[in-house]
Amino acid sequence: MSSIAAIQDEIVSEFEILGDDRESTIFYIMELGGNLADFPEEEQKDENLIKGCQSKVWLIAKEENGKVRYLADSNTDITKGLISLLIRVLDNKTPEEIISADLNFIDRIGMGNLIGSQRSNGLAAMIKQMKFYALAFQTKLNA
Amino acid sequence: MRFDIDEIRGLFPVLHQEVHGRPLIYFDNAATTQKPKAVIDSLLNYYEHDNSNIHRGAHALADRATRYYEETREAIRDFINAKESAEVIFTKGTTESINLVAKTFGNRFIGKDDEILISTMEHHSNIVPWQMLCEEKGAHLKVIPITEEGEIIWDEFEKLLSPKTKLVSIVHASNALGTINPVEKIIEAAHAVGAKVLLDGAQSTSHLDIDVQNLDCDFFAFSAHKLYGPTGLGVLYGKRELLEAIPPFLGGGEMIKEVTFEKTTYNEIPFKFEAGTPNIADVIAFKEALVFINSLGKAHIKKHEDELLAHANELTKHIKGFIPVGTASEKVSVLSFNINGMHPFDVGQMLDARGIAVRTGHHCTQPLMNRFGIEGTVRASFAVYNTKSEIENLAEGIARIARIKNK
Repeated sequence: MSSIAAIQDEIVSEFEILGDDRESTIFYIMELGGNLADFPEEEQKDENLIKGCQSKVWLIAKEENGKVRYLADSNTDITKGLISLLIRVLDNKTPEEIISADLNFIDRIGMGNLIGSQRSNGLAAMIKQMKFYALAFQTKLNA
Repeated sequence: MRFDIDEIRGLFPVLHQEVHGRPLIYFDNAATTQKPKAVIDSLLNYYEHDNSNIHRGAHALADRATRYYEETREAIRDFINAKESAEVIFTKGTTESINLVAKTFGNRFIGKDDEILISTMEHHSNIVPWQMLCEEKGAHLKVIPITEEGEIIWDEFEKLLSPKTKLVSIVHASNALGTINPVEKIIEAAHAVGAKVLLDGAQSTSHLDIDVQNLDCDFFAFSAHKLYGPTGLGVLYGKRELLEAIPPFLGGGEMIKEVTFEKTTYNEIPFKFEAGTPNIADVIAFKEALVFINSLGKAHIKKHEDELLAHANELTKHIKGFIPVGTASEKVSVLSFNINGMHPFDVGQMLDARGIAVRTGHHCTQPLMNRFGIEGTVRASFAVYNTKSEIENLAEGIARIARIKNK
């Protein structure tokens, strides 16, 4: 199991291969959305929607052997790609690792410039919600 | 000015730039058009040479600023063929113009159980003010349904019209679909039952010849910024007898004749509706936008834009997965569409990567999107400075994006 830092390095080098071609990079992000595990249809409900996203993003989490497992879905392909990157980095990690994670890959691949300000706000909201789940599980595990 | 596309493009500084390493292709003209250099220069010139408050200053600058300001009013009168310039009121934009009518005409002439008619394809700014008014007055908002193509259903409109109808407020050209409504017929039918008519001209004024006397509409609202002019400025045209019959909108300076603590008498139209220091610089600069449009002629502009739209329709119609939204027989140059299996937001972002600026989403017409059972569309809207090769680039981009989900 790679560390959060190692996975981020992997992602950065994958994006470096794409170079400056913006169109191909966005196509690539969309393709990444295909890696998301199936999301149960009954969980596509309002209470699982992340607030602050322009597109619809559903996120659920559970605790498994002291690690946090995430499942997510979205109604847009680019957003699916973005959340699949976050899941790749943060899924199956301990709450402590998730809470303290510095998600520097986003700046390193220049994501803000790539996806624009609206989607960047959405991405920040997704991270916040993922960390929030980790915090909740940490509190529960320490109780 | 002869219609030379390179010459026209040369007048718009903003067009000459790269976006994400590609030449900018600006197809978000229904949201706002770009401004010719003459408009930009006029703004600068006003602040460098003429800045002054209008109508009351006893000095040369105030006199000059007032003269230029009123020259724009006269240019607008001419542009829409109003009978007199006093019927031209400056506002912040179409939204404020409509709200002004709702608050003043609505307040005076709409009562309990009266009816206001709008269509399914209205912008939120021609829905919400009427909902607010109806709630306040106990009046009813009725909605004219539309066809799959995006045209109002005439028989249904006639069924909805009755002596209870006090106002028909309808969009001249739809921002989301491009549909041009048969407003002459609508106005005639509405007047026959004694209703007044407001036309939302935000999307029609840059494309179509507007003659308010010939149309015989009671109110006509539009925005300068969709007409190659500055932002934050709009116009409300109203017939004199109506403007005189309705109360003022905002209270303050300029709109009064005499104020005592006991009683205030109001100024004549149009000043009765222009409380406070107006948007002087933008009003003055707007005249240059009208000069630009007149120098080309609306007929030539419309012909060029129709050709662009026809070219876009031709190039996209065989793309697998391309779904046009709004296929009325009479349209302004708006290409609204979806791609099968894709979210409009994603399509917009991918087109942006090619330097193509489009609008995505519900275009402030959520009830219209609900009518079509969709969340939104991608909208490419064309203006006088767009070219056929830009359309070809758009079609190429759409085809490439459509292939992802439509092999």
